[in-house]
Amino acid sequence: MFGYLIKRLIQMLLVLWVVSVIVFLMMSFTGDPVFMVVPIDATDAEIAQARRLLGLYDSLLVQYWKFITSLVQGDFGRSYVFRQPAMTLILERMPATVEMVLVAMVLAVVVAIPLGVYAGANPNGRLSRIIMSSSLLGISLPGFWVGMVLIYLFAVNWGVFPSSGRGDTAEVFGLRVSLLTWDGWHHIALPAITLSLGTMAILLRMTRAGMMEVSRQDYMKFARAKGATRRDVLYKHGLKNALIPVVTIFGLQLGDLIAFATITETIFSWPGMGKLLIDSIYRADRPVIVVYLMLVALIFVVINFLVDIVYTLIDPRITLK
Amino acid sequence: MTAFLRTEFFHNYTRSSSAIIGSALMAFFAVAVLAGPFLVAQNPYDIASLDLMDSYKPPVWLDGGDPRYWLGTDGQGRDVWASILYGARISVFIGLVAMMASCVIGTLLGLLAGFYGGIVDSVIMRIADVQLSFPSILIALFLMSAVGTGVDKVLIALTAVGWVVYARTVRGSTLSEIEKEYVQAARVAGLPNHKIIRKHVLPNVLTPLIVIATIQVGTFVLIEASLSFLGVGVPITQPSLGLLIKNGFDVLFSGLWWTSVFPGVAIMMLVFGINLFGDFLRDELNPRLK
Repeated sequence: MFGYLIKRLIQMLLVLWVVSVIVFLMMSFTGDPVFMVVPIDATDAEIAQARRLLGLYDSLLVQYWKFITSLVQGDFGRSYVFRQPAMTLILERMPATVEMVLVAMVLAVVVAIPLGVYAGANPNGRLSRIIMSSSLLGISLPGFWVGMVLIYLFAVNWGVFPSSGRGDTAEVFGLRVSLLTWDGWHHIALPAITLSLGTMAILLRMTRAGMMEVSRQDYMKFARAKGATRRDVLYKHGLKNALIPVVTIFGLQLGDLIAFATITETIFSWPGMGKLLIDSIYRADRPVIVVYLMLVALIFVVINFLVDIVYTLIDPRITLK
Repeated sequence: MTAFLRTEFFHNYTRSSSAIIGSALMAFFAVAVLAGPFLVAQNPYDIASLDLMDSYKPPVWLDGGDPRYWLGTDGQGRDVWASILYGARISVFIGLVAMMASCVIGTLLGLLAGFYGGIVDSVIMRIADVQLSFPSILIALFLMSAVGTGVDKVLIALTAVGWVVYARTVRGSTLSEIEKEYVQAARVAGLPNHKIIRKHVLPNVLTPLIVIATIQVGTFVLIEASLSFLGVGVPITQPSLGLLIKNGFDVLFSGLWWTSVFPGVAIMMLVFGINLFGDFLRDELNPRLK
């Protein structure tokens, strides 16, 4: 187990290193950041000076070395637009995103698992067919468009939910949290529903497929023969085994939710780090984009690692080596 | 043709309502894409055919609707229906071309990785692993933010995220195929590697790709729409369905819902059709379920 952990740690660092190289290369070959930092009426001498300060005259290798050493030392650069450390900007906005992603995830799980179990246990039922068609529809919908329709109906037309922003927040351990105020829930409802639909549909389909797979197994028949109730067979024997593939997808979905949060946050003007990324892309605010990507890469490798660990906990047949 | 009508595949097709609905939706879009410009009087990109007097007409069933524009018009007097027909061409074109490019590149890399193994395999598969741990939309978004808007750039970004799934699948099937006797026989017969790959391995690893390719067109249409909605996809001069939604979003708060809602319905019908048909294909082509 210890050897496995060391191996995984090295793997994770390798992935992060590859990501840093790719991010660095893409950023160096596109656009000229010097025009982001000099005033419009800057003279050639001033531009050259700024170039020198940014280190743009160095060779690519030297530039990369500077980039990676400052990343490792915890210096993530300053935003061209806000003139503040890029990391601070992102960390300030991270709780809002995490909050939305978590609410969306919980919503997806709470709806998807019971419906998936039902559809898997009664594959030919009328209701199952409706559930499955709706879930396929859920996968086929552009998420941002659902958000827009919700805004139109609930905010513009009926005025029952706000269309944008985060509303009142309560402070807990220095973090601003929406989930402790009524106004916060009121604001998070539409974005979280929008974000959850895709994941909900995928989890539902995975659960159903898993249930159908396990219901053919002998231990299910034995459980039935032993006289266990239908409910016990489904939830105690079936679901536990059906959930193994769902857990893997769960990790991937968490990553997807963070990615799609950029779009949802843009529609609902939710002040999270995804909206900051999109705004930074518009403004060519390179340091913020770089830090966002590195941070998200770190989050993803950690999620994947945790999923592997959880995997062994629920399925004793799997050993890590 | 009559032989096809008697196959099990066709028989199951006629009995599967999702397959029929799915292919009907796909056929509808095929007609819209191929014949779109001949179905509508107005060319939404020809400024001469636009009339500002006709701007923001609601759909025909609402007060103030104009029978010439059954889904209403946008701020420049563009027929929403005509914009959808023209926009669907761009969306479908991008989805199809990016799928084909991904399929060709991914299959090639998968064959190489599976057939030669060793360092080739490690390099290709590690790249695939790294890439798969990130959501496609985020990779595409990052690539687009680096290279700027354009149909060609969207194609590149989609291909860059799309090849992985083919490479993995093909590598897996190649590994199991090259163990089989016919490949070993071909080796003993002294056929060169490229010939074994092309003539013997390739035809036997293609079937699972049909389902992946079908579904991927839908996925690509959605990713392209998201990119365009965020303003890093197609340029304003070539508005896809996603860009139409973005343009409509800007006036949504004034209650002008039709300019954004209908293009979204079009995407939904297109992708839903593809997914329905893809599901049917998956069940049909999966030998484990038979």
